[in-house]
Amino acid sequence: MISTGLMDTLQVTVLVLVAAGAFVVVRTRTRVRQVLALSVYGMLLAILFLVFQAPDVTLSELTVGAVALPIILLLAIAKVRKREQ
Amino acid sequence: MTARQRGWFFAVAAAGLVACLLWAFTGLPGFGHYPGPYGQVILGQAVQQTHATGVVSAINFEYRGFDTVGEEFILFTAAAGMSVVLRMMRGERERQPADEAESRTAAPTSSSIRVVALLLVGPTALIGWWFASHAQTSPSGGFQGGVILASAFILVYLSGEFLTFRRLSPVALVDAVEALGAGGFAGIGVAALVMNLPYLYNYLPLGQFPGAVSSSGTIALISFFVGLEVAAAFVLIVSELLEQTLLRSA
Amino acid sequence: MGIFPFLVVAWIMVAGLYGIVTSRDLIHQIVCLIVVQSSTYVLLLGVGYITGGAAPYFWDIPLHTKAVDPVVQALALTDVVVEAAVTALLLSFAIQAHKRFGTLDPHELAEFKG
Repeated sequence: MISTGLMDTLQVTVLVLVAAGAFVVVRTRTRVRQVLALSVYGMLLAILFLVFQAPDVTLSELTVGAVALPIILLLAIAKVRKREQ
Repeated sequence: MTARQRGWFFAVAAAGLVACLLWAFTGLPGFGHYPGPYGQVILGQAVQQTHATGVVSAINFEYRGFDTVGEEFILFTAAAGMSVVLRMMRGERERQPADEAESRTAAPTSSSIRVVALLLVGPTALIGWWFASHAQTSPSGGFQGGVILASAFILVYLSGEFLTFRRLSPVALVDAVEALGAGGFAGIGVAALVMNLPYLYNYLPLGQFPGAVSSSGTIALISFFVGLEVAAAFVLIVSELLEQTLLRSA
Repeated sequence: MGIFPFLVVAWIMVAGLYGIVTSRDLIHQIVCLIVVQSSTYVLLLGVGYITGGAAPYFWDIPLHTKAVDPVVQALALTDVVVEAAVTALLLSFAIQAHKRFGTLDPHELAEFKG
């Protein structure tokens, strides 16, 4: 079992990364880049949920946040871009 | 009001929100000291009562099964709502994918992407199926398994075989599978009603060994139906959006 | 570590709201809404955590080891998947708005009526 001190350090590190990731996602203004940033943010969130001892939520967030949501967003962006051309 | 005024208004409102949040969070008993008794009571009882070693799935599909029915119908309604919202507008007509072949400006998919994506379709579908049917033993469950199963279909599209994707997932079949999933879940509950038990009562045999695949009664069955429904809902969502890229206004 | 995760929750929520308010593009707004929703997942799991607890799965650990709260995990789990579907519905609204009015700028869209 991991000692409490090590677990605390791990949790604080991942929390700081998640906070930075959220800021990066919000500040990215280009559409496609923001979707990529969202995908990375989803993976960081999944690691955070794993460190919070919730493997089920990790699986959900990984599949949804890194796969399904970026695909849906990219398809919508492609549709909008096609009309703008 | 101008953008600057909006910005100042937001700053004031956000300051108020942060103050309220901080006031609420300092009233909590600190990170790591959750005092709620409900979870501990369930942890003590769940494995004996339901023969499921995955307590989170037992909560989702049995102790709190009614909430899960509601969430699943949110999913169902969102997918159905997309079909309604994205209807063809006046003056739009669908163009066949073959028509676009001459004016294709996009580069054809590279062979390495096609090979890797197609190789991954089988294992992904298998993993998704495995997750959907193992809710009671380990960190899996209908919701995750369904999304992974849907991504197996999406991999077919990503490998460049758009027409195969359309043929593999005709809208009528996907709609039927989604309805089967949602209806199956509700139907398991209604069958309990017919047997004079409360709605969604766990009436199937519990199995001898906690954590075996064929244990925990209705939990495994419900998780399987939820997996079907979630997979169909996501395939439907992606097909709807893909069809949109084929529409062209006259 | 008493209150730090909850400070991060407040930070993520306010950052997402700031993105929604200062956005000039509907799709950017929708992604910022996803960020705001993710702050609620972190809050749920942060509230339910118990120091020294293991994950609530008793397949390979003895039956009465200290475990974190499973109820909030069940809530967060269904939440994550349903959010994706609702986001897809929001995106379909954005697509239809673009078809009708030709723009995805919320400031311009606000001036159209019907």
